[in-house]
Amino acid sequence: MSARWMFLALGLVLITGSPVLAQNEKPAAMAEMSDRKQNLAELRKVEENSGEQKFQQNCSRCHNAPEGFSSRISGTIVQHMRVRASLSERDAREILRYLNPQ
Amino acid sequence: MSLFRTRSTVSLSAVLAGAALVCLQMGAAQDTPLISGGVGFITTTNGGNTTYLPVISPLAAAPLGRHLLFESRATLVESFFPAGDGESGYDHSFFTGLSFAQLDYLAGKHATAVVGEFLTPFGTYNERLTPIWISNFASAPLIFNLGTMGTGSGLGGMLRGSAWSNAKVSVDYAAYFSAASTNEQIQTQRSTGGKADAYFPPQHLELGTSYGRRLEGRHENFVGAHVWWEPSEIPIKLRSEYAHGEHSQGYWVETDFRFARSAAYTTLLSRLEPVFRWQQIFRNSPDSSDGLPGADTQRADFGLDYHFPHEIRINTSYSRQFSLGNRNVWETGIVYRFLFPTWRGK
Repeated sequence: MSARWMFLALGLVLITGSPVLAQNEKPAAMAEMSDRKQNLAELRKVEENSGEQKFQQNCSRCHNAPEGFSSRISGTIVQHMRVRASLSERDAREILRYLNPQ
Repeated sequence: MSLFRTRSTVSLSAVLAGAALVCLQMGAAQDTPLISGGVGFITTTNGGNTTYLPVISPLAAAPLGRHLLFESRATLVESFFPAGDGESGYDHSFFTGLSFAQLDYLAGKHATAVVGEFLTPFGTYNERLTPIWISNFASAPLIFNLGTMGTGSGLGGMLRGSAWSNAKVSVDYAAYFSAASTNEQIQTQRSTGGKADAYFPPQHLELGTSYGRRLEGRHENFVGAHVWWEPSEIPIKLRSEYAHGEHSQGYWVETDFRFARSAAYTTLLSRLEPVFRWQQIFRNSPDSSDGLPGADTQRADFGLDYHFPHEIRINTSYSRQFSLGNRNVWETGIVYRFLFPTWRGK
């Protein structure tokens, strides 16, 4: 008799507890994803800031930034500037990322 | 004159057609070939004589894959100037020329190989400030011809790139060899030289040195140095350059001031840019062929630039030149900068 009650109690605990456990796991996973997204966004922001800084240091030293241009020529502009301003490969990459933030 | 014009036009057309062909073959994603440059109308009143210069200076750049880039800049100027020999009215002349037409091979992290016609890497003005939409003053500095071999262009090969770069310092270099050319579009002298710059990002300071040697006619050495500085506390730019040849030496110092810390034009005042340049030439011995003033010369240039929306800029300046016979030089100009892809993409 007591064994039967024990199985029943165990079953009840499992049935009621599993969603609770699942609920506890879900926020943890969501929080982790959210943290990762935030970290990626922060990293991207840092890279953009770094790219902007590189743009200011290398391109704006000689001329003003253009008011706007098509993203289809951003790679060509950076290649042109890489030769003209002797940009390092890394600086060129960061400036390209700054010009194409998405 | 008509023959010259025809040949000039044919040569220029051939280069532009080549560029267009390259453009048609290539271009994807962010690497669509581009057309950029400036178009302007400049007036210069020098010693009472006024010259009018409508000018267009287009630049084409077309990547050929990840490692090759073709780029070229041409200048087309129609010059209207007072007729000489006591005649009244104006005369005019047309000039077309290629500033550069080069193929760049991005060989690696630290080196780019350049072949073709390129801007002579000496000092800073020739490579960086000659486009009409960049330069603060319509006229080049008095020492422009020192080290740039008269024409400002070389024909041959150049190796350049970033030697070292980190958060504290960035060092870059250029070394070239040029053959002589007397082609009407491509006039170069046999010469060699190079330059090295060090830029310190935390201090916004750049120091550089240049060397050039003419290898035809009377061989001559040129050395140069430059200092550029943008103090972070004040919105000004300081640029200076010194050059020394065997017959003359000189320097220029230029500063421009912005009424806003940010580069953005947010207010009417922030669009205003007062500029000042002081320059001196010292003659060691006479040389009628170097294109420099024949005697010691000092010159003060006071300018006021205004940046309108849509990439339009008005440049005005007054200069006082002190030499054998002092004189005033007035310059005004309106310049529009353009930058667009060669065609619509997906």
